Amino acid sequence: MSIYPKVTHTDASKLGRKDFQTDQDVRWCPGCGDYAILAAVHKALPELGIPRENFVFVSGIGCSSRFPYYTQTFGMHSIHGRAPAIATGIKTLRPELSVWVVTGDGDALSIGGNHLIHTLRRNVDLKILMFNNRIYGLTKGQYSPTSEQGKKTKSSPLGSVDYPFNPISLALGAEASFVARSVDVDSKHLGETLSRAAAHKGSAFVEIYQNCNIFNDGAFDYLTDRATKIDHELRLEHGKPMRFGPGGAKGIALDTRMQPMVVDVATFGEDRLLIHDETNDALSFFVSRLVHPNFPTPVGVFRAVERPSFDELMQAQVDKAKAKVKPGGVQALLDGGETWTVT
Amino acid sequence: MQLDAPAKPSEIHETVAIRFAGDSGDGMQLTGSQFTDTTALSGNDLSTFPDFPAEIRAPAGSLAGVSGFQVNFSSSQVYTPGDEPDVLVAMNPAALRANLADLKHGGILILNTEQFGPKNLERAGYKSNPLEDGSLSPYQVFPVDITGITLRAITDLGLNQRVAVRTKNFFALGLVYWMFNRDIQHTVDWIASTFGPKDQTIAEANLRALKAGYHYGETAEVFTTRYTVAKAAIAPGRYKTITGNEAAALGFLAAAELSGLELFLGSYPITPASDILHFLAKHKGLGVKTFQAEDEIAAISSAIGAAYAGGLALTTTSGPGVALKSEAMNLALMLELPLIIANIQRGGPSTGLPTKTEQSDLLQVMFGRNGESPIPIIAAASPGDSFFAVLEACRIAVQFMTPVIFLSDGYLANSSEPWRIPNLSDQPKIPVTFRTDPVGFQPYLRDENLARPWAIPGTPGLEHRVGGLEKQDGSGNVSYDALNHEKMVKLRAEKVRRIADSLPPTFIHGDPEGDLLVIAWGGPFGAVRAAVDKVRAMGKSVGHVHLRHLNPFPNDLGDILSRYKCVLVPELNLGQLSLLLRARYVVDCVSYNKVQGKPFKESEITRAVLTQLEAIK
Ligand code: SF4
Repeated sequence: MSIYPKVTHTDASKLGRKDFQTDQDVRWCPGCGDYAILAAVHKALPELGIPRENFVFVSGIGCSSRFPYYTQTFGMHSIHGRAPAIATGIKTLRPELSVWVVTGDGDALSIGGNHLIHTLRRNVDLKILMFNNRIYGLTKGQYSPTSEQGKKTKSSPLGSVDYPFNPISLALGAEASFVARSVDVDSKHLGETLSRAAAHKGSAFVEIYQNCNIFNDGAFDYLTDRATKIDHELRLEHGKPMRFGPGGAKGIALDTRMQPMVVDVATFGEDRLLIHDETNDALSFFVSRLVHPNFPTPVGVFRAVERPSFDELMQAQVDKAKAKVKPGGVQALLDGGETWTVT
Repeated sequence: MQLDAPAKPSEIHETVAIRFAGDSGDGMQLTGSQFTDTTALSGNDLSTFPDFPAEIRAPAGSLAGVSGFQVNFSSSQVYTPGDEPDVLVAMNPAALRANLADLKHGGILILNTEQFGPKNLERAGYKSNPLEDGSLSPYQVFPVDITGITLRAITDLGLNQRVAVRTKNFFALGLVYWMFNRDIQHTVDWIASTFGPKDQTIAEANLRALKAGYHYGETAEVFTTRYTVAKAAIAPGRYKTITGNEAAALGFLAAAELSGLELFLGSYPITPASDILHFLAKHKGLGVKTFQAEDEIAAISSAIGAAYAGGLALTTTSGPGVALKSEAMNLALMLELPLIIANIQRGGPSTGLPTKTEQSDLLQVMFGRNGESPIPIIAAASPGDSFFAVLEACRIAVQFMTPVIFLSDGYLANSSEPWRIPNLSDQPKIPVTFRTDPVGFQPYLRDENLARPWAIPGTPGLEHRVGGLEKQDGSGNVSYDALNHEKMVKLRAEKVRRIADSLPPTFIHGDPEGDLLVIAWGGPFGAVRAAVDKVRAMGKSVGHVHLRHLNPFPNDLGDILSRYKCVLVPELNLGQLSLLLRARYVVDCVSYNKVQGKPFKESEITRAVLTQLEAIK
């Protein structure tokens, strides 16, 4: 008989956003982009049809990693960089749980870089939300692995000489089966992206541009200001040509040397634009290399491919081995092998 | 199958130690373990010590590539692999050179002459051939062309030279079987079942080599005597030979069954702990999930995740891995989750001596973390005892909701001994209760053991957050309150202290009071026990306490220490337990230390005990 609690799960259809709010005071700086992301998550969760008690949020260290305290689910605010590894243990033991990792650019890409890439390649069924504010906020303003070269911060008064990661390219290179980008203040797009990530079976990596108004204010203004957004955002839509700008007047195409170029759709012709394909590995990577300011910033799902997840493969292996094992449990194993009897 | 009746005279011996030594490609570990199994089956008590070369593939014939396996077997009780072998089988000059110093004066030396050519002699650093220069005269030397005779026995099988030469270890084994009146049937069957299905010819070659060795002993004029070691008086029961790593792995499987918990291992391969990972990975059929992580930190982190989710979680490693895991160990301590950290110690510091044994991580696991970080420590005393020590570690982890460190070492991990197979129904269950009632639930409310409730994801109404930041007593909310912090630090310490209240009285072997107490822990158990018995047989007043619990110490330990004129602490480090005992009990312990990557010899402890008894006279 199992010692694990026999539970009747709560009715997921009755959940609303309020059910995911906690009684804790939210302690991010006023105006921080984290608030918008928290709201979007609280809105997205009740729509997933998952009983609240089956959610687990795991975070590391950093401003973003406060997230579990503000979400009324099971949660762990762990140690710096290790959330993907901890979440891997949770999901591997209990595949029925919906396990989310909340992390930042420092937590995920600096101290936790190793865990992130290995989690992605294994395709552990985790939803990994990486808030990218391109700065260290909690430790009060040092450059991060996504800060641009030359950035002046407290620890780089003469400008940082570090070359930054492109988190999307990194995730794709690490064999992630789902890779997307969204922006904190674009609640509609963020909500849609979270739903897609949640629906994906396997590691879902979502980079969320997040404004740190204290230490790196305005880092993504070009993408969030009403006036400039339209010129700088490339919405990725599976099967659709890559168009952006007012009225979709501009597009992305390949030049004769296979380099991306921005073209005027009217003169160049829509049929010669690149068509986004989430299942095309090479194209996903290619799109991830479109970087501001020379190119519009792609937002949306870069890659979504199906691959068995680590936790389900592990479970299947255990189930198969269990079906084959001799009866008698551990005692049979103890008694087995070469033995002799002393009388 | 007894090939023939012993025609040559047979000498009776109580205890014999044999060391097989050769190049790492010579199959000495296999030879040793075959001899071990056969010897166990014939009813002797025994203890083994495999000694691996440090490098994976040292150049053939070099000293660095020498691999050894020692078996000590007896008609009475055996506690150690034996100090000085009575018999040394050396398959090449390097094996001779690396091992000769240990051989008993007058001991038997079997040498494979084919290997004693100029090239190999030079590789081993010999200026002249020891077979000819008289340097071996203190020993009974038996030069045998092991390679040549083996090849002649299998020449018609048409194997290529390289493969054919590899069968020579079976010749050596056969010869030693003959010398010690052993039945070769076990190995005959083993060859058939191991090689038969893959390659009949190789199976036949190995079998012929084995028999050739056996017959050589009988017919060659060289050997005049055989040796008999009678059956030992061993407690009735079913036995098998077991290594420390196997016993530990079985202990984890048993603990999972006794608790009803699902077993999860997060591990990163490291010598000498990897065999536990291998063993458990092979037994997924018993429900264990094994995760080979990307590094030591991920290994323990995944185990913390599994513990949070309601598993019996463990991580296996050695000292360097513990160093990397220490931050996560503290997380487990703050989360107050059951977790086993198995440290199979090896020679340190840094990469140190990966394949050699040492007990130098005690202070590391005791103190090597930031903050006030009390974590219980349990140590195994012998290969078979690893099973029971693991059960105890798991019991404490679950009962007190705490990470627990299980200490073994390279010697215990790889050595084997006959092990009476336990009956799981005789072992106490490990009771586990998961919290299900949301009424009045608070994540850091405590029971009489000061353990907090285990409230696992998936349980409605128990949604809560935990983390590494300091907790408010009870609610578990983040708290920076000064007095609350002090309270929590003391609560965590008191919880670990209370484990001592759950322990039975400490067992004292020998005199319960008197002149000298030998107090030790871990691998030296066998050497200490044998030495204490020897010295007591001389009429001396000596007791032996072997500590399983290193944190917390048993409640009665202070009293026990005060009952002797002197306390001797032998350890394979520079005095780590001594330091703890002195600090805790203000007792003037005498340290007896060795850090040579090797276990204590019985004679070393005997000498230390006698010296100490002399000193207090
Ligand atoms: S420091 Fe920046 S990222 Fe952190 S809470 Fe404040 S605004 Fe947000």
